Amino acid sequence: MRLAQHMAIASDKVRAVAIEATEFPELSRAYQVMAVPKIVMNDRVQFEGALPEAQFLEAVVRAASGNGQS
Amino acid sequence: MAILQTKDQEAVRKEFERLVGPVKFVVFSQELVAGELCRQNEQLMKEVAELSDKITVEVLNPAIDRERAEAYGVQDVPVTVIEGARDYGIRFLGIPAGYEFSNLIDSTIAVSRGEASLTEETKASLAALPAEVEIKVFSTPT
Repeated sequence: MRLAQHMAIASDKVRAVAIEATEFPELSRAYQVMAVPKIVMNDRVQFEGALPEAQFLEAVVRAASGNGQS
Repeated sequence: MAILQTKDQEAVRKEFERLVGPVKFVVFSQELVAGELCRQNEQLMKEVAELSDKITVEVLNPAIDRERAEAYGVQDVPVTVIEGARDYGIRFLGIPAGYEFSNLIDSTIAVSRGEASLTEETKASLAALPAEVEIKVFSTPT
């Protein structure tokens, strides 16, 4: 997802890992990937589907703050 | 046989006219773990790199180049690190095909330019993040 990569460029604190789900079945199972795109941030905040920039950012901030309510 | 068709090569070559600084694809491959996937990923990255003289490819084996793998935080294969003036933390696990291919091209350009295409508000919020965030994005080629 484009936003993740651009946020990684903008901030030293953000890493963006794009995972081809069918080639990494164990990882996909571990994160219960049922639909794509599925986004997981710090293993705490997760959601499916694309979000606009502002909402995506909110999720990043939530993940960084340790508040996992998604 | 080439993975990229001629029309794709032309389109990407045109996109790559926007490249500014050098980009390195650091490709982690391990024949014994995922031979076919690693071979295809290496081939794709080399074909993409051939479309601009600003892109180079380095192939590493995490079982041999352990320190490099550890430094990049790479445990799996195939994995590609898209590195520009520095390592921005961008990784592709698996072969970036389909939608992820356009993402690979976009990331390459953004890394080369060192520019994030985000609003100023977003950049300001990211600058104030209290902790590190790893964003995993699972997708499929179709």
